[in-house]
Amino acid sequence: MIKFTNVFKAFPKGGLALKDVSFHIAKGEFVFLTGHSGAGKSTVLKLVFAEEPVTSGEVRVSGFNVAELRRKDVPMLRRRLGIVFQDFRLLEDRSAEENVAFALEVTGARRSTIPARVMRVLTQVGLAAKAQAYPRELSGGEQQRVAIARALVNEPTVLLADEPTGNLDERATRGVFQLLRDINASGTAVLMATHDLDLVRQAPYRVIELQEGALVYDSVVDEPRDQAASP
Amino acid sequence: MNLTIREALLTFRRAPLLSALSVTTIAFSLFVVGLFGLVAVNLQDALRGVAERVEIVAYLLPGTPIETITLAEKDIEAFPEVQSAVYVSEDSALTRARGELVEFRDVLQELERNPLPASIELKLRPRFRDAQHVNEVADRLRGFGFVDDVRFGRDWVEKLDRLRQVAAAVGLVVGAAFAVVAIIIIGTTIRMAVLQRSREIAIMRLVGATDGFIRRPFLLQGAIKGLLGGLVAMGLAYGAYTLINRWLIQAAFFSKEQAVAIVGFGTLIGLFGSAASVGRHLRRV
Repeated sequence: MIKFTNVFKAFPKGGLALKDVSFHIAKGEFVFLTGHSGAGKSTVLKLVFAEEPVTSGEVRVSGFNVAELRRKDVPMLRRRLGIVFQDFRLLEDRSAEENVAFALEVTGARRSTIPARVMRVLTQVGLAAKAQAYPRELSGGEQQRVAIARALVNEPTVLLADEPTGNLDERATRGVFQLLRDINASGTAVLMATHDLDLVRQAPYRVIELQEGALVYDSVVDEPRDQAASP
Repeated sequence: MNLTIREALLTFRRAPLLSALSVTTIAFSLFVVGLFGLVAVNLQDALRGVAERVEIVAYLLPGTPIETITLAEKDIEAFPEVQSAVYVSEDSALTRARGELVEFRDVLQELERNPLPASIELKLRPRFRDAQHVNEVADRLRGFGFVDDVRFGRDWVEKLDRLRQVAAAVGLVVGAAFAVVAIIIIGTTIRMAVLQRSREIAIMRLVGATDGFIRRPFLLQGAIKGLLGGLVAMGLAYGAYTLINRWLIQAAFFSKEQAVAIVGFGTLIGLFGSAASVGRHLRRV
């Protein structure tokens, strides 16, 4: 599903962001990506969705060889992924349902199928009643749910979440995290970058920890699964 | 395509102020180009008026038989440069001189013998009214045995030539400068519109929109802004023309083709300006 093999990432102005990182995430897995700020969590995600080029090594995502992906093929990769950010990245001048529909429209989905698909994911994230609300009328947790609905509407095989609860209070955090678990339970792999260790401890999922760009801990490799909660 | 149109039009609704500003900027940039165009058009009209007076007169030897002249007149009229060739007999030359040269009327009345030669007066087609062609035609006329002399005001034709060259050069340089300034201003305006939506572009890319999909609404929008700007500019230019005509001088307006060309120029700048701006933006993200 996602496979990093000896991946290095150097930024033109700022040294190595990733040093020889290798891991493999299987279909349907839920994986936490942890580490301090600047450890390289976001960089890993950016390499997965081809926002940044790979410096060396191999990155394979859903059958795409990302390191050799041509620019025109990047959209095809992204349509297989759902991406969620800490800052939601919703279009302020469109309602919740328009934000979600937008993700379908840009991929050229049949127009007649769009409203039903949008409603289905909004129901899934528990926001069907607020479909017509604009982002500014929604709480942080609700906005993140819209963003998740948008990420889900194309039925991705992997959901990437970069600190999805970073801007949320505890209650909203729990809600959004539960939603991600439900999504994973229905078969979508989830790769979630977070530095919220409480959240990590709550669930028996695999943990990959980065430190200064190097992979220093992988619960599947280093420890039995049931002890993964204390990296 | 449907979506492209919807997205392009939505921008006008979502950012009406910026859109209006873009159209206004484009309109005034093109208006300046248009005003200069009006000056150029009128200058050309004036030059054309002057050039219409370019005339070649071939004076004939006395006693040339009229049949020879008639045949020659046909030949001359068949020259590709010649618009008309008119035979003026000795008698009609005298009559005309009496009419035109009032102060010499008495002298001309008392003549025992008509001193004026017969002639053929030529007018050239508009695009041949320059020194080179006039000289060529004059040389050919001299080749006829019965032609005594050929006159065409050489200095004057050469001056006219120079004037035309200066007008063309100034028109080209100043016109190009105005056009470049318009392109820069319009390009900047469009760039603002693209930057204003950079967040939206980033999100579109994130959810898997292709570059083409992102680009199309901007191209359409740019073209619409250019078109509207061009139309407003034409309206302003017509207003200016009306005022000039009423208060200053009798001037000419653009022909339909020229007006369409200016509006088309605006549309194209809008289109290509958008293409360049979005292209540059997409390459960077």
